[in-house]
Amino acid sequence: MTLDLLRFTTAGSVDDGKSTLIGRLLYDSKQVFEDQLEHVAQASERRGGEGALDLALLTDGLRAEREQGITIDVAYRYFATARRRFIIADCPGHRQYTRNMVTGASTADVSVVLIDARRGVLEQSRRHAFISALLGIPEMVVAINKMDLVDYSQERFEELVEEFEGFAHRLNGVKQISYIPMSALDGDNVVERSQRMPWYDGLVLLEHLEQVEVAYDHPNEKPARFPVQWVIRPSGAAGGEDYRGYAGQLASGGLRRGDEVAVLPGGARTRIAAIDTYDGELEEAMAPMSFALRLEDELDISRGELICHPDEAPSVGRALEADVCWMTDEPLRTGSRYLLKQTSRNATTVIDAIEDLVDVHTLERAPAPQELALNDIGRVHLRTSVPLVFDPYASNRRTGSFILIDEASNRTVGAGMIAAAA
Amino acid sequence: MSVAARPQLSHLRALESEAIHVMREVAAEFERPVLLFSGGKDSIVLLRLAEKAFRPAPFPFPLMHVDTGHNFPEVIEYRDRRVAELGERLIVANVQDSIDSGRAVEETGPRASRNRLQTVTLLDAIAEHGFDAAFGGARRDEERARAKERIMSFRDDFGQWDPKNQRPELWNLYNGRIHKGEHARVFPLSNWTELDVWEYIDQECLEVPHIYFAHERKVFERDGMLYAWREGTELIEGEEIFEETVRYRTVGDMSCTGGVRSHAATLEEVVLEIAATRITERGETRADDRVSEAAMEDRKKAGYF
Repeated sequence: MTLDLLRFTTAGSVDDGKSTLIGRLLYDSKQVFEDQLEHVAQASERRGGEGALDLALLTDGLRAEREQGITIDVAYRYFATARRRFIIADCPGHRQYTRNMVTGASTADVSVVLIDARRGVLEQSRRHAFISALLGIPEMVVAINKMDLVDYSQERFEELVEEFEGFAHRLNGVKQISYIPMSALDGDNVVERSQRMPWYDGLVLLEHLEQVEVAYDHPNEKPARFPVQWVIRPSGAAGGEDYRGYAGQLASGGLRRGDEVAVLPGGARTRIAAIDTYDGELEEAMAPMSFALRLEDELDISRGELICHPDEAPSVGRALEADVCWMTDEPLRTGSRYLLKQTSRNATTVIDAIEDLVDVHTLERAPAPQELALNDIGRVHLRTSVPLVFDPYASNRRTGSFILIDEASNRTVGAGMIAAAA
Repeated sequence: MSVAARPQLSHLRALESEAIHVMREVAAEFERPVLLFSGGKDSIVLLRLAEKAFRPAPFPFPLMHVDTGHNFPEVIEYRDRRVAELGERLIVANVQDSIDSGRAVEETGPRASRNRLQTVTLLDAIAEHGFDAAFGGARRDEERARAKERIMSFRDDFGQWDPKNQRPELWNLYNGRIHKGEHARVFPLSNWTELDVWEYIDQECLEVPHIYFAHERKVFERDGMLYAWREGTELIEGEEIFEETVRYRTVGDMSCTGGVRSHAATLEEVVLEIAATRITERGETRADDRVSEAAMEDRKKAGYF
């Protein structure tokens, strides 16, 4: 049984029922284990809940969360259907935890944005939709939930679709947006088709998630990008072999034995002599496989360099423009210095300018702020100590992304998405 | 691998590739990693992943087993044999030594277990050898507190885990920077489920200790679980020893790991049984998690795996 793998993220306000939705998804597709249900039933009763099972409790793990009844950190849940294996990143809705939402969204293929049918498109939903778009999640599902509270009204559903559409044109990076009316609490249109909304003939949520395209199913659409991660050099190997394999994970595209390749940032040219894996040599490899390359020429390549096809090369440079999501209390300021990690490359970087600040409620950019504070997102100009080998994030999420690290505390303080060379 | 058709990557291959990537990142960015190997199925998979990541060179790190002294003899035998096959270095850190030196205090009573004592032994061994990163086979689907765990998770110089203070983990970029005295726990199997692990073991034809398959054993029932009886086990009034056909879904210390009634004697049968199961691995078999609702979280705050 060959299943592929889909990652999706759920986002929504604290009261939008996002955790209930996930609980319903797992419960209806029979992925919840008996003992977990029992635990949840007991906790529901202890919390003074009514007879109904509080499915949201299936995904709340940490003690503090259970005490407060909200979701603090990203929780990962796993389930499979006959068609596909899923990873859910359940992200917090509260404004304070933007950094966790960005985390969960960074590897997702689909974003499920929850709207409360009764309360409409709130600030938090807009922010989450924007963050999903910024993080380059290509598919978005707008789950218009709690339809039971608006009498399953088609009119209300269409009103909300229109409201969201008025906003949607600013969601650059999202290839497709789908709208599904549902009631996670009662199970309508999550896994089972609703009997109470005959006017809706689109897919239910699970069907949609099973059918949407996974990014890596079409690897040849993107140019090959192989960041060298680790050099395999057994010393004193039996028979005196001088094995040198450049190991890594193909970030995008495909490579074949015999291909002519370039090694950046230096620019040296050579051919692939072999693509090695523990299970034997490959004629061809594609993203996201991990393997080791043997090259025809004896070049001294180290971790941090990138191998590609010469006619489809990425950019190389030390001055960049990037959108940065700021994740720590101490603000980002012009002149601030950080460590930067991009693919397998480390550098130090200095912020030359903060060009704009994004208003997450209107998606407009206000020019020249003094600084970026916690949870702010803005365009910055930065300069690195060594040249980076990159693509714009809009073209390649792997080679276009980076993190900023505070040298003193070692904390990850920013998430960056390269817009262009500066 | 097929050459002609464009191969579609199965979910297991995708997960495998991600895990290999994680291991190589740690090897590159930390100075003294170690792989925690218990002989349990998750660490068995970790070993194969290490082979895939680093061969034909030796592993750039040793293996370590925190041995409570109460392990299933079958598992110890397997451990030693497998390590010899691989030609890698194994360090055994004994909980007994921690007890003897007064660093850890043995529990008493019929429900005594050395499970919690492992924390002291583990942290002492990490400090003694100067390890700055430790690979573990933990998965996020195992238990509620682990669902929030990062792939790379930081412990302070007291070995403690602060759930409110974990680093954002973006894309596949891991920030492995630490201060002297700190270390990271790394979980390459974070996104794998119990079923994935068994399917991988099947796919790779990995040998696992026999206790994972149905066998006859003297057991007694306590708190709804079946425990192995061995010489010296203290029974509570009313408990009886009987023979049962059981297998183990998880392999921890004998004193806190329960077997389940099963006739699954082959890998295929085990996989089928798990695919159909409705009790989580830890719920069915690990007494250590039952103690309180937040048991694992509390233990992690104190420095456990």
